[in-house]
Amino acid sequence: MSEQSVDKSTVDQSTWRNKVGLAEMLRGGVIMDVTTPEQAKIAEDAGAVSVMALERVPADIRAEGGVARMADLPVIERIMEVVTIPVMAKCRIGHFAEAQVLESVGVDFIDESEVLTPADEKYHVWKHDFKVPFVCGCTCLAEALRRIGEGAAMIRTKGEAGSGNIVEATRHMRTVISEMNRIKELRQEELMTTAKEMGAPFDLVQVIHDSGKLPVPNFSAGGIATPADAALMMQLGAEAVFVGSGIFKSEDPAERAAAVVHAITYYEDPAEVAKACRGLRGAAMAGIDVSKLEDHERMATRGW
Amino acid sequence: MKIGVLSLQGDFAEHIVALREAGADAAAVKKPEDVLSCAGLVIPGGESTTIGKLCVRFGVGEAIQELARRGAPIWGTCAGMILLAKEIEESDQWRLGLMDIAVRRNAFGRQVDSFEADVPMAGVEGGPVRAVFIRAPHVTRVLDGAEALATLHDKIIAARQGQFLVTAFHPELTDDRRVQEYFIGMVREGK
Repeated sequence: MSEQSVDKSTVDQSTWRNKVGLAEMLRGGVIMDVTTPEQAKIAEDAGAVSVMALERVPADIRAEGGVARMADLPVIERIMEVVTIPVMAKCRIGHFAEAQVLESVGVDFIDESEVLTPADEKYHVWKHDFKVPFVCGCTCLAEALRRIGEGAAMIRTKGEAGSGNIVEATRHMRTVISEMNRIKELRQEELMTTAKEMGAPFDLVQVIHDSGKLPVPNFSAGGIATPADAALMMQLGAEAVFVGSGIFKSEDPAERAAAVVHAITYYEDPAEVAKACRGLRGAAMAGIDVSKLEDHERMATRGW
Repeated sequence: MKIGVLSLQGDFAEHIVALREAGADAAAVKKPEDVLSCAGLVIPGGESTTIGKLCVRFGVGEAIQELARRGAPIWGTCAGMILLAKEIEESDQWRLGLMDIAVRRNAFGRQVDSFEADVPMAGVEGGPVRAVFIRAPHVTRVLDGAEALATLHDKIIAARQGQFLVTAFHPELTDDRRVQEYFIGMVREGK
């Protein structure tokens, strides 16, 4: 037994390392959208690393319209009671009061999400003020760096939520990765002008230049419907995936959830991804052709 | 002398980098045959229920138990500590059950209660280690032959039993490599 005791003055709560650390613990996992405690249990039993508590999945938000807000607290709280894995919840872009409420309830991660109707057309939440970590969406590197500058401890590429179509997720992930590769090759004196042109914080452009990667984990979201979709995003550089409508809008959510987890675990091994696909009897969610969407129907364009 | 890092899910990448910085030949392992090729194994932080289910589904759990029977040192951090324990308070989730300790999950609260502290650890020279706790468990009881290496507010947060080492915190998330060196020493000695 250690004889020495801990110096209490060295204790620091909710540090940046604590926040980014939780994101790192979720690597190689699947975060699933759920709307009821029963769905949360199905997700956990299938091997989800976390669940996102929502009132409606993105496909239903898209179909039903209206203003999409933070989920009802009793729903979130009941989900927190039935699962032991971390529970995430969404607040509207810029709605720091929703975020304060979610933090007080004790959710483990807040997604300041374009899937909900934005509350502010200009400003995002200043996330450094919170003890709870935040994840934010991005479509390009500059957007990712602005969100990290505001305090996001995890980034997810947006894709097009509720579409069941992987094409936007692919575009956003490729964009972020290729922009990082470009910055890595620049000369030092080119970084300031690049930061200005991108609209990204200079110090984070410097981090990308020096390390070649984001300073927080980068996950993929928006359109993943099959095990092969998940494997595609992982091979393109995602470190984990969010599956929104893809699980609970499919015919057999439990088997699809387990299959996506299988494919994520062994994403670099096509024989294993094939096994994950072969186990599926129920059909995937019906998808939509994203190129037919009007601009105002796209969720990915929300956020600034 | 390869040290495997179980890479089914969790912060395995940080562990691999940290072990390499400490001079070890570290590699990601995901399949039963990869696990059995290692001289030592690290089970990382992550979600213990998820890693446990994957261990069962893909036969990796049995391989780890076989590796333990061969006497290979195994270090579990956070989720890895939960999986190594024989007893998990108020939970019937699957576990490897290799080490004579009882643990409690999320023992310091939810994510908003996560914290860091300087913690003295027996066997690690040169002052306290900066310990990062993320939805961390702690050891509630050490059973036959296991001993506590570190405590925080009377809670056991690191323990050892022969070939097994557990830490409730994440040495892989700091720049200090002394706990990695401690485990590499265990692997060199073959216990």
